[in-house]
Amino acid sequence: MPTIDPVLDTLPKLLIHNADTFGLRPAMRHKDLGIWQTWTWAQVLDEVRAFSVGLSELGLKRGDKFTIVGGNRPRLYWAMCAGQALGAIPVPVYSDAVADEMAYVLAHAEVTLAVVEDQEQVDKLITIADRLPRLAQVIYDEPRGLKDYNHARLFSFEDVQAVGRKKLASDPECLRRWEAGLREGKGGDLSVILYTSGTTGRSKGVMLTYANTIISARNANEFDKLDEREEVIAYLPLAWVGDYVFSYVQAYTAGYCVNCPEAADTVLQDRREIGTTYAFAPPRVYENLLTLTMVRMADAGGLKRKMFDFFIAVARRWGEKILDREKVPLYGRFLYAVGNLLVYGPLKNQFGLSRIRIGYTAGEAIGPELFRFYRGIGLNLKQLYGQTEASVYVTAQPNGEIYCDTVGKASPGVEVKISESGEVLYRSPGVFIGYYKDPEKTAEVLTPDGWVHTGDAGFFDAKNGQLKIIDRSKDVGRLRDGTVFAPKYIENKLKFYPNIREAVAVGDGRDFTGAMINIDLTAVGSWAERNNVVYGSYQELAADPRVYDMIAQHIDEVNRSMSEEEVMAGAQIHRFLILHKELDPDDGELTRTQKLRRGHIIDRYGPLVEAFYNGSSVAQITTEVTFEDGHKGTIAARVAIRDMKPYPVRTAAMERAA
Amino acid sequence: MRAPSSNETALGEVLLAVEEVSLSFGGVRALTGVSFDIRKGEIRAIIGPNGAGKTSMLNVVNGFYQPQSGRITFKGEVRTSMRPYAAAHGGIARTFQNLALFRGMTTLDNILAGRALKMHRGFFWQLLRYGPALNEEVEHRHRVEEIIEFLEIAAIRKIPVGRLPYGLQKRVELGRALAMEPDLLLLDEPMAGMNLEEKEDMSRFIIDVNQQYGTTIALIEHDMGVVMDLSDRVVVLDYGRKIADGTPDEVKRDKDVIRAYLGESK
Repeated sequence: MPTIDPVLDTLPKLLIHNADTFGLRPAMRHKDLGIWQTWTWAQVLDEVRAFSVGLSELGLKRGDKFTIVGGNRPRLYWAMCAGQALGAIPVPVYSDAVADEMAYVLAHAEVTLAVVEDQEQVDKLITIADRLPRLAQVIYDEPRGLKDYNHARLFSFEDVQAVGRKKLASDPECLRRWEAGLREGKGGDLSVILYTSGTTGRSKGVMLTYANTIISARNANEFDKLDEREEVIAYLPLAWVGDYVFSYVQAYTAGYCVNCPEAADTVLQDRREIGTTYAFAPPRVYENLLTLTMVRMADAGGLKRKMFDFFIAVARRWGEKILDREKVPLYGRFLYAVGNLLVYGPLKNQFGLSRIRIGYTAGEAIGPELFRFYRGIGLNLKQLYGQTEASVYVTAQPNGEIYCDTVGKASPGVEVKISESGEVLYRSPGVFIGYYKDPEKTAEVLTPDGWVHTGDAGFFDAKNGQLKIIDRSKDVGRLRDGTVFAPKYIENKLKFYPNIREAVAVGDGRDFTGAMINIDLTAVGSWAERNNVVYGSYQELAADPRVYDMIAQHIDEVNRSMSEEEVMAGAQIHRFLILHKELDPDDGELTRTQKLRRGHIIDRYGPLVEAFYNGSSVAQITTEVTFEDGHKGTIAARVAIRDMKPYPVRTAAMERAA
Repeated sequence: MRAPSSNETALGEVLLAVEEVSLSFGGVRALTGVSFDIRKGEIRAIIGPNGAGKTSMLNVVNGFYQPQSGRITFKGEVRTSMRPYAAAHGGIARTFQNLALFRGMTTLDNILAGRALKMHRGFFWQLLRYGPALNEEVEHRHRVEEIIEFLEIAAIRKIPVGRLPYGLQKRVELGRALAMEPDLLLLDEPMAGMNLEEKEDMSRFIIDVNQQYGTTIALIEHDMGVVMDLSDRVVVLDYGRKIADGTPDEVKRDKDVIRAYLGESK
């Protein structure tokens, strides 16, 4: 196992090191009141130290757990490091979690102190305060609306820093004591507990040491040659391991600058202003960008649209080859260069990706068309396969070896193998030390000799030696006739269409595949506007027969493409419907990272699933919904079901089988 | 760590008093002998059925209409007639029932327009783009940015307001009124045409404006639920007359109010 430098084996030690080495380089930026504010590494150290001493004055000590709740704001990142400097353990939680979910995690983690973004989160903590007897203090970043609250146990970030600064100024021993305490931290210490969003059941607290994340981050930095000149934008949930490693540990190990957006909905503009060089995003982010572009293009003038279509076709043909430095004829290069001038360049600029060197997609499989689109316009998009339990990195694609249907080779320091049942297992220095207070679950996942069960079914591609993930092993089912039914595979194909936001395929143990569709309100709404389709709500638009016609066309195309694939041809979609409401994490239909909770959805929409298989053309359904403020209500709807005509199976192998 | 409920704010001195105001257009009597007051720091609602004279009342307060009789006292000064620009100079800002934004201008420019009264340097200084005019503009921009952050509209800062959905346009209009740093903010149906979520957002902004900036607010609203939750005191008008005045609870129980809203059983 690779070892870790004992001098720089914790994040607070790295911060002090960075303040010495990169003192005047930017470490963090935040757009505030419309202007980018910058902090150098030396300034970050100053902020963190003041807050850390303040925390220690409030009584936070080694081994205590404290939570971080909020968006990507510099102070919340500093708070993590400030607590770690005292030997306390941060437990970031998803800020959009409803109070109930939050109560479970915070009680389970036994947090004693919370650092939160604003009034909304303070209110949430107040409503669950009776279930969190240990939670003694709450510190907030944004004072707005909190003036009239009882401040006995509620402090502002500045106040805590002021306490720290005063202490540092008045007590000359204080600085030495603080640094000595910080030096006591070791690489093997527990550094953070990250609760996984959990596609099934209660969230589990993944315990990672400093060594876990620091070694993983160093390996990743080396793999992609990242250094202090990178610019990244932090916009993913703080509670997600991806953001923790990417916006915090990798930044501290490489010394690069992390930029915090002005607000959650300004990320696109902010990214454009910064020009990030390295990006890490779930496919959904790339998907949304593309949908937005396609919608805008549909509204553009005829000439622009023709130009766009033409050059996107050029990019599809030559772009990837040029990116991978393959041989491309001169006229191909010429057309691509013109396209770059007229379309790809401006497009990348719009996306804020002009300066990007490497973009990763992870978290979920990405649609091949989507992947090719971005690579075609010259974005070095690569795939990565990771888990919280691995401190992210399990496999990644090296430059120049990019395939849209694989997730790459084992990352540096990681061993990967496939079990007899087809499950992917790995072992690495990043492997977690266990689930917090859950030895049983830990034993299920982590073998005594250090291998981790991923729960994903996969295999190594015979041609290029890279790992391919099919689906969660427990989700891969079979139709009644024995045909392999991989729901996520079908759903990903459907989701490539900008009009389809979400899709749920059902069919395990049934006669054929049925699909439940969520339309994309932006894309279909814009289509409706152009075609004079009047609608008052999502529900009304979703039920419109013309929308059904449009979706039927997409499904027909998916069926045709599936009919050409040996394994999947038998699982073509026979019937589909458009759901009357959008799938929503508040109703437990998606996880907080926007992954489908298929089992729950199939239960919830039981009557609709049954209607697929009993031949009815309309189904009645009543569902309970939770509004953003926590109120509950019900929605009743009649949902129409459409029949599709599957294509005859056209592959040689299937003919043999038939 | 308990959140304070609204309605608890102590009521201050009288900011604006309306005494026996009557207004008619030819033979149509819009207002007949209406009196009420607005105290510093409160959220005051004016409600009533359609055609009750609510908007007329608001237009009298900000000087758009001249009442035929009656007296209006604002910040201790009695006035009989006033023009809207004078009202604006005096610290009264308003939003409109049917939006009155500069549709081709961005959110930022629309809100900056609300600062026009506070720009002191003349045209030629501004041409210079140096020195006092520049400093002044930087300061105004800073104030506007605070409002943008306050109303959570950073994402639409540079978008022409004509392209924004209705709910956001309403928010921009509120922003422009706030940019004037008014003593009295008049809101004409701030929630008209909004869905539940937008209404909740808007309610939160109105409460925040009142609490954070201490701005006195008078609002006209149809949605009874919203009015009862938001306001400290309510005036009810019907056919141009005041029929009730008091806290939301008092007003809700008032017989005349129930009759005006629900009709009378015979």
